Amino acid sequence: MKKYTDTGKKDTRSGFGAGLAELGKTNENVVALCADLTGSLKMDEFKANHPERFFQVGIAEANMIGMAAGMTIGGKIPFTGTFANFSTGRVYDQIRQSVAYSGKNVKICASHAGLTLGEDGATHQILEDIGLMKMLPGMTVINTCDFNQTKAATIAIAEHDGPVYLRFGRPKVANFTPEDQKFEIGKAVQLTEGNDVTIVATGHLVWEALLAAEELEAKGISAEVINIHTIKPLDEEAILASVAKTGCIVTAEEHNFLGGLGESVARVLAENKPAPQEFIATKDTFGESGTPAQLMEKYGLNANAIKNAAEKVIKRK
Amino acid sequence: MPHNTQQLEDFVTQVRRDILRQVHKVNSGHPGGSLGCAEFFVALYQEVMEYSTDFTMDGLNEDLFFLSNGHISPVFYSVLARSGFFPVEELATFRHIDSRLQGHPTTHEGLPGVRIASGSLGQGMSVAIGAAEAKKLNKDSHIVYSLHGDGELQEGQNWEAIMYAAGHKVDNLIATVDLNGQQIDGSTDDVLPMGNVKDKFLAFGWEVLEIEKGNNIVEIIKGLEEAKALTGKGKPVCVLLKTVMGNGVDFMMHTHAWHGKAPNDEQLATGLEQNPETLGDY
Repeated sequence: MKKYTDTGKKDTRSGFGAGLAELGKTNENVVALCADLTGSLKMDEFKANHPERFFQVGIAEANMIGMAAGMTIGGKIPFTGTFANFSTGRVYDQIRQSVAYSGKNVKICASHAGLTLGEDGATHQILEDIGLMKMLPGMTVINTCDFNQTKAATIAIAEHDGPVYLRFGRPKVANFTPEDQKFEIGKAVQLTEGNDVTIVATGHLVWEALLAAEELEAKGISAEVINIHTIKPLDEEAILASVAKTGCIVTAEEHNFLGGLGESVARVLAENKPAPQEFIATKDTFGESGTPAQLMEKYGLNANAIKNAAEKVIKRK
Repeated sequence: MPHNTQQLEDFVTQVRRDILRQVHKVNSGHPGGSLGCAEFFVALYQEVMEYSTDFTMDGLNEDLFFLSNGHISPVFYSVLARSGFFPVEELATFRHIDSRLQGHPTTHEGLPGVRIASGSLGQGMSVAIGAAEAKKLNKDSHIVYSLHGDGELQEGQNWEAIMYAAGHKVDNLIATVDLNGQQIDGSTDDVLPMGNVKDKFLAFGWEVLEIEKGNNIVEIIKGLEEAKALTGKGKPVCVLLKTVMGNGVDFMMHTHAWHGKAPNDEQLATGLEQNPETLGDY
């Protein structure tokens, strides 16, 4: 099995900040809007280098989304930055009408997604955002796995004409994807080859899936790990090709199992070739305060949980 | 192109006919607010704004207009069509299946003249501010206009936007509020009293200009020209346009009853009789 090396733990939000800083230099149409979380979103460098293209809107997310929609009229490419909760649920109707239905080229960039923002607790731990965003016609939904991929995705979405939801997080997680890997929207990345089970993961659970695959290998089980960084449009071909070989699948995400990646995969399988599936996701619950590691353990989102799910789903074949 | 007052009033009369006929045909839509703003739209598109009917979404080097209270789409569509954005005959498709003239304005079907979807209230001010900021970045000195209902100001997003525009000196924006004092459930004072709207805008740091006779096209043009003169001085400009809902059709005036209700055959005939054909019906 192909091995991957963690080159040092880094937060994905810093990948966003680095990507945005680079876009500032290379694309003069890129503008950034932030709702009083510049430091948390790592937008400081862009702000320092391009103050005229940085718009501090204050704690007023609805106005931020509307302004971003307006700024596309005139050719700007707005990147909005706040926490995932305030990027989606709080401003759903603004995104729906002014961005998605109006077909505006706005990039909604969301940090602190999921449980792993940790101690702040459930008010800030949105586990419904992927579902909210993927239901909007025309919206591209991306959840990146590490620093390098988040940086690459940030740069790539500026070239994509249309609304994008880019989801990343607060904690420092393994950085293992190649620094020079080009980000292709909607194209899954197969990380390992395997015959017994497909593990499709998104966000930082991709690394957990790789750890699970190593443990499975030690038990003589070969797992095919696929990084689904783009939840919409979903790389259906990659999923179907892998499941045709393995006959079963585990989906893994830091999100509610209602409305997340797992449900999108289940639909693809149901429409094409039904196969047993296990869901690594939160099970219709709110989160709570705790350290990221404690929360991942308690809510069953780590490598161990993925390994157990893989063994279970193989038995269901 | 400059028009004389009679030409502009004839234009308004035709727009009123268009509003009534659009809404009557599908037995749905919002005639009251549309009629109340007919003179404003004609003033804006026939006298005040600089624009090209060769429509581009980016609207570089031209004035832009955003309708935030999208339910008054009949007046918007009529004036856009009669200003040359799309064929007047298309007004016959208002609210029909497969039409570009959706119940509320959208960009989805590519109707020229519309740059944002509106209908869910309270979002247009933010969009207008964004477009105004983009104009500044583009070194484009043209003005962004917007229209909002008075009841619409009950939506909190407006006040986020109003605070931003003053705080960030968005002085290339003229936001007009249609002060007709009515909303679906009754008078604005009965539904949710808003106090003194002028004082609120002033307190937020805006320039405020009142047009007392908001259904007098000469007064509107004069007021908007004054508003234009106030742009570029560090403050956003608010125009409080005092209109009569249902203006020009006697039985629809001074009431919220026709906010979202279509006239029947007889009522249509009466309304059209009061507004004889001037520029030719579609």
